[in-house]
Amino acid sequence: MNIGEILQRLWTDSGFVRIFDHWENAVMVVIACVLLYLAIVKGFEPLLLMGIAFGMLLANLPLSGMMHMELFAGKSMAEISFSQVLHEGGLLDVLYLGVKLNIYPCLIFMGIGAMTDFGPMLARPSSMVLGAAAQLGVYCAFILAILVGFLGPEAASIGIIGGADGPTAIFLTSKLAPHLLGPIAIAAYSYMALIPLIQPPIMKAMTTNKERMTVMTQAKPVSKSTKIIFPIAVTIFCVLLLPDVAPLIGCFMLGNLFRESGVVERLSDTAQNALLNIVTIFLSTTVGATSVGYIAGEDGKNVGFLSVSTLLIIGLGLLAFSFSTAGGVLFGKIMYAVTGGKVNPLIGSAGVSAVPMAARVSQNVGSKYNPSNYLLMHAMGPNVAGVIGSAVAAGFLLSVGKALGWI
Amino acid sequence: MLFLTGTKGEVGISDALLLSIIGFAVVFFALIALVVVIKIISASTARKQGAQTPAGAEAPAAASPSGGTAAAQPARDTSGMIPAQGSLGEIDLHTVDDQTAALLMAIVADDLKVPLNTLRFTSIREI
Repeated sequence: MNIGEILQRLWTDSGFVRIFDHWENAVMVVIACVLLYLAIVKGFEPLLLMGIAFGMLLANLPLSGMMHMELFAGKSMAEISFSQVLHEGGLLDVLYLGVKLNIYPCLIFMGIGAMTDFGPMLARPSSMVLGAAAQLGVYCAFILAILVGFLGPEAASIGIIGGADGPTAIFLTSKLAPHLLGPIAIAAYSYMALIPLIQPPIMKAMTTNKERMTVMTQAKPVSKSTKIIFPIAVTIFCVLLLPDVAPLIGCFMLGNLFRESGVVERLSDTAQNALLNIVTIFLSTTVGATSVGYIAGEDGKNVGFLSVSTLLIIGLGLLAFSFSTAGGVLFGKIMYAVTGGKVNPLIGSAGVSAVPMAARVSQNVGSKYNPSNYLLMHAMGPNVAGVIGSAVAAGFLLSVGKALGWI
Repeated sequence: MLFLTGTKGEVGISDALLLSIIGFAVVFFALIALVVVIKIISASTARKQGAQTPAGAEAPAAASPSGGTAAAQPARDTSGMIPAQGSLGEIDLHTVDDQTAALLMAIVADDLKVPLNTLRFTSIREI
């Protein structure tokens, strides 16, 4: 073998030769780079978007061998060969099992629970209803998805984007419509990052100047005992009501109990820092890696990321976020009327989960109209209630899926 | 009918509408029920605390400005600072109103580039 042959072999074995075998993969590489730009330069949800974008990049570079979507695409959990994944899969294939088995979303919820202070919500329990109203987008998007031709489980997975809760969206989609996990996760996290752009126009359109300037009074103090009992009570009630939501709510409330009990500081610290960060890396990278441009389906057709379905999902996701915001603000207006102007309707938009970004948007919009108005802590109530609300919505859709034989 | 035609994942628009109404109602029911649970927990813990607190020992903060003894105040307040009324959670506000405190907390969170709810403030006072 001479030098020429070695160099030729080196070239033919390289990914450069294969990069344009499927133009879809090349497009995905470009999209990944754009997302990396948004994460690094524009600061759009970088903690998640960077991992997603880099996972996307790795999975679409030919011959990298890190992700083999053909091991998972179009297969139910029963059809996936775990031994094949472990023997033939790459690093991302193995890590992706944590998504398929729903381990990562639950662990993320544990970390979020450990970070969440339910104090503002417990101080003003009525604000929880705003967290329910802001799930409107889940069901509007569900109906719209059915209208444009998606199947029930797919529509349910698309609808949950309106819950503005990434782990919940991944949890539900991986059970109901695993083939849509990539686009749905991308849509959910992208729109969460874009909340400061999506919500304010809707909030302004639906409220009057007088409503936006409403100053809310300080809520009552919350006792330590209440904060400790609350996660236990929520777990008992929610898991009895919707057993399918037990993994999400259970982990969420366990994390919160770590925090509030005050007797396991080390566990609380680990859950909200080390554990959350590690799982975020695994989750974001592997979810991004599911967005492969070209995957050969059984009939030879492309069943990868670049399809009409993806565009529809992205469009429906935006509508879901918008409807959820509108639902929260609308109910905020009702509370404004019922309480005689004591509740600022702007806190309703924080009922979409997206903690704490949605609450910050309420604060920012409110302070523009009344600089001395501090809505942040008031908006945190519906904000954390939205996390519970979206988990309940997911539990309901999962129960329906089981009843209808979708899974 | 919904539960007869849904086995292949196909859902009609009327069924989707019905499912959505039920689903939305379930979310409202769950969260309203939790509101009731919170009210019950709050009431019972408040009653328990009320029973444990002797009548004469109430509102140490209110008693201090009128010359109450230092021993009647929480240990943290020996400097003579007066906790503001209406403090939320575990934070002690000393001669700082709640709006200013909220502003300060938001500024600190923004400066540190971390979510506000990941920070724990134990005390804010004017210096």
